[in-house]
Amino acid sequence: MDMPLIEARDIHMHFGHVIALAGISFTLEEGQVHCLLGDNGAGKSTLIKILSGVFRPSKGEYLVAGRDAGFGSPRDALDAGIATVFQDLGLVPLMSITRNFFMGREPVRWLGPFHVMKFAYADRVAREEMRRIGIDLRDPEQAVGTLSGGERQCLAIARAVFFGARVLILDEPTSALGVAQTSMVLRYIHQVRGKGLGVIFITHNVRHAMAVGDAFTVLNRGRVAGRFRRGEASIEDLQGLMAGGKELAELAEELGGTV
Amino acid sequence: MDESRITGAAPPPRLDERLGRINWAQRLMMRPDSGAGVGVVLLLVFFAFAAAGSGMFAADGIMNWLHVSAELGVVSVPAALLMIAGEFDLSIGSMIGFSGMMAAIPAVYWGWPVWVAILFAFALSVALGWLDGYLVIRTRLPSFIVSLAFLFILRGLSLALSVMLTNQTIISGVNRAAKGDWLAPVFGGQIAQPVFVFLAHAHLIGTYRDGSPLVSGIPMVMIWWVIIAAVAHFVLSSTRFGNYIFAAGGDANAARSLGVPVARVKVILFAATAFCSALLGIAQVMEFGSAAADRGLDMEFEAIIAAVIGGSLLTGGYGSAIGACFGALIFGIAQQGIYFANWNNNWFRVFLGALLLIAVLFNTLIRRRVTGER
Ligand SMILES: Nc1ncnc2c1ncn2[C@@H]1O[C@H](COP(=O)(O)OP(=O)(O)OP(=O)(O)O)[C@@H](O)[C@H]1O
Ligand SMILES: [Mg+2]
Repeated sequence: MDMPLIEARDIHMHFGHVIALAGISFTLEEGQVHCLLGDNGAGKSTLIKILSGVFRPSKGEYLVAGRDAGFGSPRDALDAGIATVFQDLGLVPLMSITRNFFMGREPVRWLGPFHVMKFAYADRVAREEMRRIGIDLRDPEQAVGTLSGGERQCLAIARAVFFGARVLILDEPTSALGVAQTSMVLRYIHQVRGKGLGVIFITHNVRHAMAVGDAFTVLNRGRVAGRFRRGEASIEDLQGLMAGGKELAELAEELGGTV
Repeated sequence: MDESRITGAAPPPRLDERLGRINWAQRLMMRPDSGAGVGVVLLLVFFAFAAAGSGMFAADGIMNWLHVSAELGVVSVPAALLMIAGEFDLSIGSMIGFSGMMAAIPAVYWGWPVWVAILFAFALSVALGWLDGYLVIRTRLPSFIVSLAFLFILRGLSLALSVMLTNQTIISGVNRAAKGDWLAPVFGGQIAQPVFVFLAHAHLIGTYRDGSPLVSGIPMVMIWWVIIAAVAHFVLSSTRFGNYIFAAGGDANAARSLGVPVARVKVILFAATAFCSALLGIAQVMEFGSAAADRGLDMEFEAIIAAVIGGSLLTGGYGSAIGACFGALIFGIAQQGIYFANWNNNWFRVFLGALLLIAVLFNTLIRRRVTGER
């Protein structure tokens, strides 16, 4: 059997007296798109922040390629080939698109004691990768603060795809995207899987999840509420598990239609 | 990293019709330091009239205000870098007095070779700057407060130690001790003296009665200013560390989540600021031949003001090293220009306060333009 790319066993996460995760196990295999679903505050972002090295779990084991990850910082995770698009995107508005694109992974050459950035190369890559995701940059030196919300999301995604060598983690990447960009992101996820990478995809849109997911894990209040493989569950099943299901059904009745 | 790229078909390049042409003049105006650059020119033009015939623009007059600018520039440049990284160092002024003392006391009272005393003072200052930064990172207190504590501690130490060890707060006789030392002239000496002798012979610059030129050479502190500014500008605009500095001040959380070593960057900048403060303190001691415990009074505020006038945002994430140099120039020109124009020098404070206000408003405007916020 193939070793999973990522394996988390019985992960607990406490913030003071707040228990964000109460024993979660999770695996991601090569070439798998694993969708994480759940209501607001279910613990999805907390889990992926542990997987991407931002937090250390209060308790539990985290293995990458079968070995203890021991990430001390997001840099370690990036070095291990795990790239993440965080919910808050991780962009610095005052800095240029290029500087943001390569932040923490600057392409450099040595000049005496200095690491000089290769700006011509960086500008070119940023422009190309953004065009690939469907955004035509006016100027890669433009400050990120001048981009629209969706353009920023595309930048964060393009960056993670570019640097994610083994695992790509996307925390609600399509929440602000237009139709064309959303389908581009879903197509990306599909392509990335085709190259053998693992993808963790967090979304509130069950349709998007069903469109690309191979496996589904539903979280509720810091615990796993359900796990499915592709074809094992219908959209309704998933929606039902996402705690909003019952309310949605009632709401549909109230409004006299479907939601 | 190339091979990890998605090889989907990209649409062919086309010119974006929404892209207005940006000419070089507009690009220049988007720079953080352009306002201060214009300010320097305006101020020079102003004093060319206001202080006409006063000798402000003779060789020795120029040397006079450039010297003031250089001393401030040596510390305003690192202060700007630190501000861009999102932190302040209010201990700059105290560090100048302290480092001077720490070089003078061993050299004069303990009989150390001057070069050893200089290295000792540098090492001590950088270690304290590092500690300052380390405490800021560790305690997560605002650097404003931590370095304010250092302001008092260092000033108090300079006074207390000098009184305890020497019974004085002014240590003179450093020039005698430094005679023949190889390191002292690197900070307190002058270069290009023959050029000025030549210019004097050619009657291009003024001379004393005995024919020696009014300006005997370029003081080393000016050279250090240029070196520090050039290195800082290069680091900020072209290197990975520069990217780290902008990121640390722009959004420390985002930077950290992408693997930028924010804590290390800030601690290094605190140490670098302490290094430059010590450099100025030691240069003053070697140039004047004496150390005084109250040297560098208010310099921390002057350095921060120069950085802000130079276009650095008080909130971090944006600014320029060249701008901090312009800020120091504006400071030197205005302070000495008012003296040359023979006005009451209290006007200088009024001018400085007004300029600071204008600069802050202008910076906010520029930031809105850059980030597109309304
Ligand atoms: N740094 C923190 N300190 C304290 N509590 C936290 C912290 N981070 C998250 N929490 C809490 O942990 C719980 C899970 O949060 P998390 O962000 O993981 O939810 P989520 O599933 O991503 O929700 P959403 O769909 O709204 O993004 C929430 O109740 C939140 O308040
Ligand atoms: Mg979340």
